[in-house]
Amino acid sequence: MTAPLLDVQHLSVVFDGSPSSVIAVNDIGFQIAAGETLGLVGESGSGKSVTAFSILRLVQPPGRITAGRVLFEGRDLLALPEGDMRQIRGARISLIFQEPMTALNPVMRIGDQIAEALTVHGQTTRAEAWSRAVELVEAVHIPDARRRVRDYPHQLSGGMRQRVMIAIALACRPALVIADEPTTALDVTIQAQVLDLLRELRARYNLALLLITHDFGVIAEMADRVAVMYRGALVEEGPVRQILRSPAHEYTRGLLAAVPGAAGPKGQTRGQTPLQNDCRG
Amino acid sequence: MTAGVESTRHGGLTPLLEVRHLVKHFVRTRGLWRPPTVVKAVDDVSFTIAEGEMFGLVGESGSGKSTTGRCILRLVEPTAGEVLFRGENVLEFPRARMRQARRDMQIVFQDPYSSLDPRMRAGAIVEEPLIIHRLGSKAERRARVAELFGLVGLDPAHLSRYPHEFSGGQRQRIGIARALALNPALIVADEPVSALDVSIQAQVVRLMLELRERLRLTYLFIAHDLRLVENICHRVAVMYLGRIVEMGETHALFAHPRHPYTRALLSAVPVLDPDAPRRRLGFDPASFDPAAPLRQVDPAHWAAV
Repeated sequence: MTAPLLDVQHLSVVFDGSPSSVIAVNDIGFQIAAGETLGLVGESGSGKSVTAFSILRLVQPPGRITAGRVLFEGRDLLALPEGDMRQIRGARISLIFQEPMTALNPVMRIGDQIAEALTVHGQTTRAEAWSRAVELVEAVHIPDARRRVRDYPHQLSGGMRQRVMIAIALACRPALVIADEPTTALDVTIQAQVLDLLRELRARYNLALLLITHDFGVIAEMADRVAVMYRGALVEEGPVRQILRSPAHEYTRGLLAAVPGAAGPKGQTRGQTPLQNDCRG
Repeated sequence: MTAGVESTRHGGLTPLLEVRHLVKHFVRTRGLWRPPTVVKAVDDVSFTIAEGEMFGLVGESGSGKSTTGRCILRLVEPTAGEVLFRGENVLEFPRARMRQARRDMQIVFQDPYSSLDPRMRAGAIVEEPLIIHRLGSKAERRARVAELFGLVGLDPAHLSRYPHEFSGGQRQRIGIARALALNPALIVADEPVSALDVSIQAQVVRLMLELRERLRLTYLFIAHDLRLVENICHRVAVMYLGRIVEMGETHALFAHPRHPYTRALLSAVPVLDPDAPRRRLGFDPASFDPAAPLRQVDPAHWAAV
């Protein structure tokens, strides 16, 4: 058996504070194989985004990684010098954020933002990077790419901006893309288009995807396997069909039951059977 | 359009709210020498809500669904049309009379973080409508606020807390308690659970359904989450670019959508089954007449086709 592309082992992240510190991520582990999509589900504050940021070592103080290993292509990212880490961030592992308007630079043409991803990693000259940017904008199906690369983010719709984010993420041909709620801010028809695009690009470039979301519908459409987080811990992990059809953990069952219109085992709607206790008070 | 309005009075239920040919244009001036542009946010919208009904208004960003809700309460003044509440056109009410009418029509906003004054205590937020409408003595108001807290499932011991001390779901409960303070008949709920986690959503929705039973409330439920609307609304209207393109009983509309936009919208909703066939329907705005009137396609189902 070949080693997985990403192997997170016993990862813990603590946010220091007084009087007490918060354990945001509590001894979690999971693996992602090349070309595989792992859906990471959980509600606000469950630690799913902190997990993603930890993989790229982007956790800001007062947060700090207190334990664990993040093996990527055989190397422990948590032990790498910062210079080496920079060669991985955005190049081998890239990140797509939820809100494309705040993640893009408002005063930079989108072509320059895509080209920057390439030149920062020293892969090309500026002229080559610009023509690569045009290709990438075509690859994410933005019409009239040659003209569109000269646009600023505010000239694009929300769906178009998210396509630009995806183009930037793919610029250096990463092996792993971490997508943190990539379609949450989008309308449902635009979400469908972005999910279709991600699926197409995943197949074309054999991308591994860590897809963070709270939407089980998106999970059902995209994920091969699912990991469920609750209060910093991984409560359940398994193949997508198993998790959606016969969840083992009580929290997963409650979460699934809370999804409006989820057909229950006897074909009833589950919309009116929410979680037993109000978890956050 | 009138045909649609007339025939939606169904089942012998009296309509509580009738919206007729509602229009809201936003005019954007573009300087002295250029002609102003007109955005038709709401463009000839008509529908009726029966007493005790949960009526869903769905659409994507910019479809005009929130503007429609606000026009009904005159939080935004409509450009034209009629809003009949118990048979009276509230758009013709003078200020004082409108203020009276607002006792019966209340709104719950989407974002419980920005819609509550951060410097007011939760009890004062819920009490404020009673003070504005000069209802009750201080002691009576206090008792009413405690009662409202209990009604929405909040601990009356937390009356003196500030909004930031509550979770998102609890804040939305405060928003609901405030809306209920004056004993309204109609609640316009503008994306009331969109900002909440899914398990908290389910709790707040369950609360709203319980309150409908207990207090005989009528809801205009504005939402973009089609799965949620399908589960809780009796009837639903789909808005697209300021117009209602399809309207009908929820199960009929979801089972047999007739308008190309409704079909595309429903096909875009992710399905919880990984093995479900995914047939996404494309949507070409040129494929239908945007000015087509609603016509009856089934006994309780209208579409602009």
